[in-house]
Amino acid sequence: MSTVSLKVEFSGGLELLFNNQRQIKLDLPAQVPSDSQTVVAAGGQADASEGRPADVRYLIHWLKDNRLKERPELFVENGTVRPGILVLINDTDWELEGEEEYVLENGDDIVFISTLHGG
Amino acid sequence: MPPKLCQLCNETRAVLKRPKTGQHICRECFYYVFETEIHNTIMEANLFSPGDRVAIGASGGKDSTVLAYVMKVLNERYNYGLDLHLLSIDEGIRGYRDDSLETVKRNQQQYDMPLKILSYEELYGWSMDRIVEQVGRKNNCTFCGVFRRQALDRGAANIGVDHILTGHNADDIAETVLMNIMRGDIARLGRCTLITTQGEDTIKRSKPFKYVYEKEIVMYAYFKKLDYFSTECIYSPDAYRGHARTFLKDLEASRPSAIIDIIHSGEAFEVRQEVKAKAKAQTTCKRCGYMSSNELCKACSLLEGLERGMGGLAVVRGRCRGLDVAEMKQKDR
Repeated sequence: MSTVSLKVEFSGGLELLFNNQRQIKLDLPAQVPSDSQTVVAAGGQADASEGRPADVRYLIHWLKDNRLKERPELFVENGTVRPGILVLINDTDWELEGEEEYVLENGDDIVFISTLHGG
Repeated sequence: MPPKLCQLCNETRAVLKRPKTGQHICRECFYYVFETEIHNTIMEANLFSPGDRVAIGASGGKDSTVLAYVMKVLNERYNYGLDLHLLSIDEGIRGYRDDSLETVKRNQQQYDMPLKILSYEELYGWSMDRIVEQVGRKNNCTFCGVFRRQALDRGAANIGVDHILTGHNADDIAETVLMNIMRGDIARLGRCTLITTQGEDTIKRSKPFKYVYEKEIVMYAYFKKLDYFSTECIYSPDAYRGHARTFLKDLEASRPSAIIDIIHSGEAFEVRQEVKAKAKAQTTCKRCGYMSSNELCKACSLLEGLERGMGGLAVVRGRCRGLDVAEMKQKDR
């Protein structure tokens, strides 16, 4: 199965939920498999997502199921990142890139920043 | 998808969607509008005069780090003529504040500003670690909040500044408006949206980020690679504020203007004269001389409780303080 290689970064306190890792490299299946636990989107949308290319929504769930170490509710809510977490795709606000729908490409750099910690 | 162009300069690729306006803008235009809007806020509120000695309340977190950086930029760009200082409070929380203070010490070097650190230990004889040992984790945020407010004033007096700036942003202020409504705290509701507050005996305090969205502060820090610290306090966070914050973030997700709209609502409230009259007059604390609405200021009554070994009680008493406190006292007698 082909994969996409990604660099994923966590900051703003989010790294604490990921074993204090600020940066990880990972290979994600290029197509969302239809039978894996990891891919079940919240709200039981797994059927609709069968065979689609890996997008940011899938990455969020993959991270939650495979890398997140504690308090998942601080990362994921209603099938996406919790409000207050900023996402950048190759240093661009994900709101300009289609948010969860953005289809991942080899070499993409995805940054998650929590704004919920004190200033 | 073809890259979207900046809607301001129409030349460079957009990297950010502004929450306030929905505009797509590039990095350079973002820096420009972010800094210029803060400058405009400063000018409209007439915050400074040349020669002012100004302290930035610095915690090492995102807001105060960006504030220190932007104040330095604006002071140089527009010749405000300000003498800028960093002022930090060490609450005495091992593994939290000692790490964030390291960030402030680096900021001191990076921004070339003198730094003063003042601790709860030296001001009150109690560190937060020791307070939590005594009162437990239920009311500790009350102690910390009350002590920090006074500590900033005392630190400012210590280094002889005329004005304290804090990094409170639009999200913080909207959150406080909601909390004051939910608590029925009319006195604070009236004050919390003011850009500058000043009691008779206290040093002027202002919030230059009053209209700045948290998202933009974090994006600015990210793009500029500013060095800030972000770990949660190890003691239980203020749960009530946490609920208000989650609620606000949910509102923002469905309509980004919610934050500025709530601030405008807070500004538009007008407190009826008869309600105002009920609020207690300000006087000075008979123990420390700080402004207070009772014989003892909040910090001194908390300290008194701590020294008697009943910190929890002082908080319970403090909680009752609202508009009707005078009435309740009457009944007690």
